[in-house]
Amino acid sequence: MSLKRKDLLSLAPLSVDEIRLILETADSFKEVTGREIKKVPALRGRTVVNLFFEPSTRTRTSFELAAKRLSADVINFSPSSSSVVKGETLLDTARNIEAMQADIIVLRHPSAGAAEALARGVKSSVINAGDGWHEHPTQGLLDLYTIRERGLSFEGLKVAIVGDVAHSRVARSNIHALVKLGAEVRVVGPPTMIPAGVEKLGVRVYYHLDEALRDVQVIMMLRLQLERQGKALFPTIREYARLYGLTSERVKLADPKVIVMHPGPINRGVEIAPEVADSLSSVILDQVANGVAVRMGILYLMSGAN
Amino acid sequence: MVMTQNDRPQERLIMDAGDIARAVTRIAHEILERNKGIQNLALVGIRTGGVHLAHRLVKRIQEIEAASVPIGELDITLYRDDLSLRKEQPILRMTSVPFDISDKVIVLVDDVLFTGRTIRAAMDGLIDLGRPAEIQLAVLVDRGHRQLPIKATYIGKNIPTSREEDIQVLLEEQGEDDRVVILKA
Repeated sequence: MSLKRKDLLSLAPLSVDEIRLILETADSFKEVTGREIKKVPALRGRTVVNLFFEPSTRTRTSFELAAKRLSADVINFSPSSSSVVKGETLLDTARNIEAMQADIIVLRHPSAGAAEALARGVKSSVINAGDGWHEHPTQGLLDLYTIRERGLSFEGLKVAIVGDVAHSRVARSNIHALVKLGAEVRVVGPPTMIPAGVEKLGVRVYYHLDEALRDVQVIMMLRLQLERQGKALFPTIREYARLYGLTSERVKLADPKVIVMHPGPINRGVEIAPEVADSLSSVILDQVANGVAVRMGILYLMSGAN
Repeated sequence: MVMTQNDRPQERLIMDAGDIARAVTRIAHEILERNKGIQNLALVGIRTGGVHLAHRLVKRIQEIEAASVPIGELDITLYRDDLSLRKEQPILRMTSVPFDISDKVIVLVDDVLFTGRTIRAAMDGLIDLGRPAEIQLAVLVDRGHRQLPIKATYIGKNIPTSREEDIQVLLEEQGEDDRVVILKA
């Protein structure tokens, strides 16, 4: 079993075996990140380019650290400091990067489908680090890894994904993967934030948080994108927090051993109460730590010779 | 590397179960003799065959000295020198060395010593985990054809081979009868 893909664009087309291979590979890198010398020579001489058209600290840093711990050379490209402001197209920018012998391009872009378009146009491997509302496959994989690390098995696992599902690429990647692995996925949020027809992905829709949380083993909170306020999705942040904010009382409705996840950055007191974010059930910082190991695994698997 | 009973081509038996057991016992004694006991000693097996042999050696040492020796398992994949040439990346198996190797005498254990490239990778991998006082090498079979200046400290059996021959160490731990065979292509 090996990953026979040039690119990692979304979790939708991945097989269960491919997902498991990535998670198992990440185990080895988790061990590496626990060493005093957190570096292996596996990607020596390879070049990884982080091409980020949207601000991101966490994901970019995570990829950068992952690549560096594999001994690859890393270059960070962001539009404000490059020729994109001068009117160059995405593909032209990428071809220029490719001409500099980049082996892997990690792309974050505000438009859904950007990674796929790029992957078709370049020979380098492309890893989607978030494209619009479409997918964020590496976040989905690190979430799976974190669930698995807690000893939970996916078959029959009850997961509630809470918040702005419609505008969340994190939700979409997780839904695809969790459903494939046999989990029972519930999505919950105000009707304006639940995409029409989402049931077709194999999830159950709830509009009341208390109902959705009953007996779940995993609560996956989504970030309320505060910049969307005033776009008629929710009246006020206070009202949203009251109806869909995760409080310690609400956590009690779930399984006693529930884990609380959040892709970050968190809005304390909005979608998640501070005492929940800092509680023992919270695995939010584990997700960040695991992100590096999982991305090392993905970079390793995608770095086979061309 | 493991083959089932049915699809085995011509195999020539080089060591049987008794030979392997005696070689393991002798190497265990040699390790103790050379290091004057188990003070500061630890064994690290190279995945996969070396790990099984390391466990056997530790068990034997325990029987002789009535004291236990730390044991670790090393996956050398990330240190291979042909990684960047391969189309598909090999599957990783976990490295697990649950003790500090610094200032210890580490006996690396592998089943077959051939080109020496695996051992080179293993030494690099080991040194990323700390600075051992000394690294020694124990192998069940030395088949020659070194491509690097590497020499085993303890050898179960020297087996002259041609480059085209395939030597396999088959062990109970992998669901086989203990034996070492040469396979002719």
